[in-house]
Amino acid sequence: MLGWEFPPFISGGLGTACYGLTKALDQLGINVIFCLPKTVESDYTLHVKLLTPSSQLSAATLNLSELKNVTFRTIKSPLQPYSTPDIYQRRIEETLRQKRGIHGGNVDSAFIGGTHYGGNMYDEVHRYAAVAAELAASEQFDVVHAHDWMTYPAGIAVAAISGKPLIVHVHSTEFDRSGENVNQMIYDIERRGMEHADKVIAVSHFTRSVIISRYGISGEKVEVVYNSVQRNGNNNWTLAESGIKKDEKIVLFLGRITMQKGPEYFLQAAKKVLEVMDNVKFVMAGSGDLMHRSIEMAAGLGIGQKVLFTGFLRGEDVRKIYEMADLYVMPSVSEPFGIAPLEALNNDVPVIISKQSGVSEVLAHALKVDFWDVNEIANKIIAVLKYPPLGVTLRNYGNSEVRKLRWKDSAQKCLKIYEDTLVAV
Amino acid sequence: MASICFYFQVHQPLRLRHYTVFDKNDRYFDDYKNASICRKVADKCYLPANRLLLEMIRRFQGEFKIAYSLTGVLLEQLQLFTPEVISTFDALAETGCVEFLAETYYHSLSYLYSYDEFIEQINKHTETIEHLFGQKPKVFRNTELIYNNELAALIESTGKFDAIMAEGADHILGFRSPNFLYRPKGCNKLKLLLKNYQLSDDIAFRFSNRDWSQWPLTADKFTAWINNISGDVINLFMDYETFGEHQWKDTGIFDFMRHLPEQVLKNPNNDFKTPSEVVQLFQPVDTVDVPHLISWADIERDLSAWLGNAMQSNALHELYRLEKDVKKASDDKIITDWRKLQTSDHFYYMCTKYFADGDVHKYFNPYDSPYDSYINFMNVLGNLHKRCSGGTTGNTSCGLSKNKDSLNLETQTAGYLS
Repeated sequence: MLGWEFPPFISGGLGTACYGLTKALDQLGINVIFCLPKTVESDYTLHVKLLTPSSQLSAATLNLSELKNVTFRTIKSPLQPYSTPDIYQRRIEETLRQKRGIHGGNVDSAFIGGTHYGGNMYDEVHRYAAVAAELAASEQFDVVHAHDWMTYPAGIAVAAISGKPLIVHVHSTEFDRSGENVNQMIYDIERRGMEHADKVIAVSHFTRSVIISRYGISGEKVEVVYNSVQRNGNNNWTLAESGIKKDEKIVLFLGRITMQKGPEYFLQAAKKVLEVMDNVKFVMAGSGDLMHRSIEMAAGLGIGQKVLFTGFLRGEDVRKIYEMADLYVMPSVSEPFGIAPLEALNNDVPVIISKQSGVSEVLAHALKVDFWDVNEIANKIIAVLKYPPLGVTLRNYGNSEVRKLRWKDSAQKCLKIYEDTLVAV
Repeated sequence: MASICFYFQVHQPLRLRHYTVFDKNDRYFDDYKNASICRKVADKCYLPANRLLLEMIRRFQGEFKIAYSLTGVLLEQLQLFTPEVISTFDALAETGCVEFLAETYYHSLSYLYSYDEFIEQINKHTETIEHLFGQKPKVFRNTELIYNNELAALIESTGKFDAIMAEGADHILGFRSPNFLYRPKGCNKLKLLLKNYQLSDDIAFRFSNRDWSQWPLTADKFTAWINNISGDVINLFMDYETFGEHQWKDTGIFDFMRHLPEQVLKNPNNDFKTPSEVVQLFQPVDTVDVPHLISWADIERDLSAWLGNAMQSNALHELYRLEKDVKKASDDKIITDWRKLQTSDHFYYMCTKYFADGDVHKYFNPYDSPYDSYINFMNVLGNLHKRCSGGTTGNTSCGLSKNKDSLNLETQTAGYLS
């Protein structure tokens, strides 16, 4: 399996999905070799046991004790799944500055565009592919499963070398991330990956139709496997412990603050809500390239004091924010799946989701809106805050609906697809 | 070998338009949608079915008889949008072979919340029927056949009715047959007509179901079943929209009805009777005790289709909590709007039962989800509340203050959430 996010190295839903799927496959007794790039400046190396950190390949095996049949291979790389080339460039420069600081300005000129690191995102993708292919030569496996565009070239290479069937898993497309303003290079990589694949897995019918209509892939090749949600087994954290008194209602936006997620619709709806009720706070948890613009926009709308920006949250902080929230809103412009609403429901927070999301295909007990219909988003936010039975009913049914979505079922579907490709070959 | 007693329920709700919390006007209903649905159902069901039944009545010269319950909200819409349907009902009334039943004018659940309002709506309905069709209804049926002992006692105490109708549910009858007249527990005069749900649902629900072992159902076959039944009366109660709307024309439902009277009357021991004739001819064979509320809906035959979740309970409680304010405002438009909001369909749309599976509850539902329907209803109710207090915004929190009570009540009445 080729991916580039895995807890704790996550910045979005992709890592969560890879983790859930891998764990479920593991429990089905499937051996998974998970190959992922590891950011060099990670703060989380302590969580990871690096077994073979030497060698030019920097292949390291991570060991997570709960995953018995999974081995990890990592490749040093500053690769970030949701980056734009700009951010990527900045990140490299940042790394360089840090290196300078540490090593007294003596930087290897080969660092940029050299052998260790790619000078830009695209080189990086291909470098990842080359290294993954080398890694693959020393491993035994039956199927190659690549997650999202950055691993497709690697997937193609590994499949070509090994002669094993290739499955590409589309968690999002360039159209979701960038609207109509697509990056042609990424689009080409995506398309090439889908064309070379024996099977394409889409996270929703929404995404499947994008794959068919915009990438020209034959419908027979594209299967839908919905994401699921991880059980919170022993969630002992209670409101009493947090000491928060709920006299103000909290409406939550949780996700990357980017064009795809529709932060401006959230803020416009917030403005409308505040025209009618006062005791509400809007929390935007997450970071992203539109974060500063969103802060400015909130100020411009005159609701700055009612909107809180928390930055990127993870782990316990996510749980806490869900615990405080009365309502979760996901006004995504384009959302291939959207795991976060499932997590919200799993944490007993009712959700408003955009009709333009894959997750709306699997959730019946959620309020659904068109992302552009700010009036209706506000109408529904107010309804949830004003009529408590609405939240009660959404929570009760939504929660039990989410409990029926299990990674085990998603994994079994993947397994079925693996088997199909093996028979076909 | 029994008398066949047909009763058809004819009803269309007034659907609300999309109404957000930002709307300020008092136009609550979707005239366009209501008109077009009324038109469609008139063309597919009311007109062809009325024509067919009128033809049957004339052909069998008084041998074929039926009964209708027409709701007030339906009659208002027919008058507005498809007056020709009213005239065909009038033609049916003139044959003398058609009985009209009494119910609440607004097809409401008012019996559960306000006796005063309940009685007022029955009176309004009775007057309307008398005015339109020259008949004073003598048999009462409550909305969705919702029934218990107390209701029967209340209806008897009005002194206006000879009989009441209910679902012939197994759990109230036990080993007894629905094909006789009964006496409601606690009543002395009032008689009880019980729906034979087996035979009624064969026509209303199973008729076009190809997985049903008895498909296709023919008039021959149905008559054979009837001939085998011993009892006084077989009560076939169903929605009138069964003809042409629930069961489409191409299922053969109209042909079935066309041949049924002929087949049934071939056996000299069979006949058709109206509910009032049945009540006059037969005596109750036993007392039926119904302490808990029943209805004719779903498999459960209870109230869970209208009162099965916290939203439904809350919406109903908030609606009837306004009764005093509405009546105090003594503005006819406000009272009428409030009453139109009482139609049971508004609460049926909020039903979450089977929602995720998608079924009959979805089919006649103008909303995408029960949540949307609750939000819409509560927004309208909020506006109505403001109008009661003269348009001031002082009471905007309609829905908040009493919520705890409503929720508690909810778990007691239905136990659906726990």
